[in-house]
Amino acid sequence: MSPLAKLFEAALFASSRPLTVEELRTLEPTAEEAAVHAALAELRDAFAASDHGVELVEIAQGWQFLTRREYAEAIERAQFALRPRRLSPAALETLAIIAYRQPVGRMEVDEIRGVDSGAVIDKLAERGLVEVVTRGEGLGRPLLYGTTPQFLEILGLKDLDELPRLDELSVALRPPAPAEPE
Amino acid sequence: MTSPGVAAAEQSGFVIELEQFSGPLDLLLHLIHEDELDITDLPIAKIADQFLAVISELGLNQAADYLEMAARLLRIKAQMLLPRRLGDDEWEDPRAELVRRLLEYQQIRELVEWLGQAAARRAEQLGRGFRPEPPAAPPAPLVIELNDLLAAAERVIALIPEPVLHRVVPRPLDVEGATAKLQGLLAERAEFGWLDVVGARPTIVDVLSVFIALLELAKRGSLSVHQQGAFTPIQIRRESPREAV
Repeated sequence: MSPLAKLFEAALFASSRPLTVEELRTLEPTAEEAAVHAALAELRDAFAASDHGVELVEIAQGWQFLTRREYAEAIERAQFALRPRRLSPAALETLAIIAYRQPVGRMEVDEIRGVDSGAVIDKLAERGLVEVVTRGEGLGRPLLYGTTPQFLEILGLKDLDELPRLDELSVALRPPAPAEPE
Repeated sequence: MTSPGVAAAEQSGFVIELEQFSGPLDLLLHLIHEDELDITDLPIAKIADQFLAVISELGLNQAADYLEMAARLLRIKAQMLLPRRLGDDEWEDPRAELVRRLLEYQQIRELVEWLGQAAARRAEQLGRGFRPEPPAAPPAPLVIELNDLLAAAERVIALIPEPVLHRVVPRPLDVEGATAKLQGLLAERAEFGWLDVVGARPTIVDVLSVFIALLELAKRGSLSVHQQGAFTPIQIRRESPREAV
């Protein structure tokens, strides 16, 4: 492996969160961006090729070592780690709206969900999944929310572009199932 | 549901989040899918009636969000009944706004499914240094002053309502006993005073018992009662009982 790949391996091993390309570049400021990407690809391929229990994953606009899926159950059973708590449907609805409409205010989230979402948004902000990104125009200059890198991280997404496009969803104008003739 | 639901309940002082439905739109979609209705051509009267029936059944008819939707449905139902002129191009389907919102919400529900699956898949991989959330900290040891404790005890005791006690009369009037006592004295002495009967410190019950016995015996003629003047000691004298007639 190249020296740069080994340097990144050490840094990524030490970090408990994804490191972005920019962050990794601070380890070796003279390295070209292309070289950084090449080193990361080299490292990822090295782990994949030599059959390890962990893999280097591109996630949340950065890179992170994660355990392979097949070991999650055993690790959890031995209680070395627990899977994170699942999000409630209300939280996921709110996250979905914020992810697609960001920056978006509470009013709009309430409007789409048809229920008051203030408490849910607060909870998501507390967990670091959404944050205030700006203030809107208009009465009271409402706070507008957007998603955080942590949001991408808990979903295992590289970036927001990995979310399904709305026109890819099956829903919308799906006609009702034709009634079966008796 | 987990914490967000609880938080919502805390804030509004009211539980609106149900296991089944995350809001009125969710409930409406459920009804529409259950009956396989065409979302773009909703039979509004039918759906409004069903919606009202379900929310009253689930006890949701107090929840503002559901009530607002119920009101909206009824308004649309009424607007649908208004006559319109043939060939009126200005006419706008009163259901349009609701249909738009339902379609939008349906899209969100589909995204929720996608996000839930993505999160579940991500949860199969663990990062370095992942730690489960620490258990809730044990409560701090109690530091308490004796005076505080006593004051607290007093406050608690003050809150205890006065118990309702019924009065138990320790000794009801014992006229028979008093009669026996008077007869005993009459057998010994021809004359004696009130105080000889009741003793130096009589209870009110003794006084009453003796007094009634005295009157009774006087009526029978076993004794006579004499008094020098008002408030002077009563003297009791033996008499020969009258012959029974």
